[in-house]
Amino acid sequence: MKLASLGCWLPALSYALQDCMKISLDAIGHDTAFLEQIERESGEDLSRCYQCGNCSGSCPVSFAMDVPVSQVIRFVQLGQEQAVLQANSMWLCVSCLQCQARCPKCLDPSKVMEALRRFSLRRGRLPVTLPQVPGEFIERSPQQAVVAGFRKLTA
Amino acid sequence: MATLPYYPGCTLNTVAKSFDVSARQSLRLLGIELTELAQWNCCGASFPLTPNNVIGLTGPTNVLVQSQKAGGTVSTLCSFCYNTLKRTNLVLKTEADRRAVLHDFLGVAYDGSVQVLHLLEVIRDLIGFAELKRRATRDLKKLKVAAYYGCTLLRPKSVAIEGTDSPRIFEDFLEAIGCTAVEFPNRGECCGSHLAMSNEDIVVRLSGAVLASAHAFGAELITTTCPLCFFNLERSQKHRGTVRGPVGLPGTRCIPKSNGCPAGDRGCPPSGATLPILYFTQLLGLALGVPETELGLHDNLIDPRPVLRAKRILREQLVASS
Repeated sequence: MKLASLGCWLPALSYALQDCMKISLDAIGHDTAFLEQIERESGEDLSRCYQCGNCSGSCPVSFAMDVPVSQVIRFVQLGQEQAVLQANSMWLCVSCLQCQARCPKCLDPSKVMEALRRFSLRRGRLPVTLPQVPGEFIERSPQQAVVAGFRKLTA
Repeated sequence: MATLPYYPGCTLNTVAKSFDVSARQSLRLLGIELTELAQWNCCGASFPLTPNNVIGLTGPTNVLVQSQKAGGTVSTLCSFCYNTLKRTNLVLKTEADRRAVLHDFLGVAYDGSVQVLHLLEVIRDLIGFAELKRRATRDLKKLKVAAYYGCTLLRPKSVAIEGTDSPRIFEDFLEAIGCTAVEFPNRGECCGSHLAMSNEDIVVRLSGAVLASAHAFGAELITTTCPLCFFNLERSQKHRGTVRGPVGLPGTRCIPKSNGCPAGDRGCPPSGATLPILYFTQLLGLALGVPETELGLHDNLIDPRPVLRAKRILREQLVASS
């Protein structure tokens, strides 16, 4: 390639590189108040989470969650209250504790989920679908199902 | 006859009566009379997870206070109760703040020292599996039984019945009563729990994966110690009448065939096949010679008696001659 033609596209290349290299954080607004409240409510130090994804991988209901577990933690770290509260994730957690068993930083995401549920309920935000429980189910099912179910969705 | 304080919990007096009856009958034959606590209440099932939650601890604390009055040891059958009571004890032992509030509110002074025993532990430690083997009078013909631990017997590790990745207590129990214990990958995976109330489809999928996993590893029966697991494992089989296999379903737990699932040609259960579910005390009672009619086998949604009769563990039903 002749040096002259090199000179023609070099400036364009450098502009292109600058565009590629530009890193910007949009106005997502770090709501530290939300993070602090969830940390206080759950008793978990979320700065420990380094997003390894073990929790999302272990979670048996991950397939049904709008936002997987590790991403919920990430959103909370970044103060993304709306993204978390609009997701169905917290309402599907059954606290099976696979996440807590596998977390390399000894975090308990189930506590974070419970904190998010309580945060949500206190602000009058009810679960995505309030179950219409048929009478037959209440009669036939073991009490744990209804007691635990309502405690998670209304506690 | 030795006596042992016993906390049945809500379900064992109602929907899971067969669990309670088969346990009492079996333990009697082993020389232990289960004596129900004079006063008890619901344990709350779902253990309160957030550190500022005190009200969720009042129920289980009451049960433990009653257990202390009964002598300081309490036995239980239901995994949920076992889990909740042990975790409550841990809070009362280690968290001074919440302990103080509970003492003040309930008007008690309880320090978290009651010993909570699951009946499997009672059998292992107070009777011994070797002794159990000697006392088993009915031949269970090496019936292939998969022990399903579920979540609450194993997690969190601090209250697990066995705090290892590879618990053996349930399998050792099965071997002692003359069954072949089938260890399978999903034995500690969630059945779906209380989502049975609000998201039945998820339960069908999760319980389906447990069932398919057990079947793939050769189980003829599954045994459990949790009434909710029992309910979910049974109900999800009757849901549209099929056992839901995990092959091709993303996010389920069984080993894919491509990864060396040992099921091989046997594969996942065919549509329409069912796996009977039994409480472990029903199997215990069978082995000890408790009459069939006193084990509540007829209460099961999926009748286990055809499998038991086919193996000649139970006698064939007599047909009246004309």
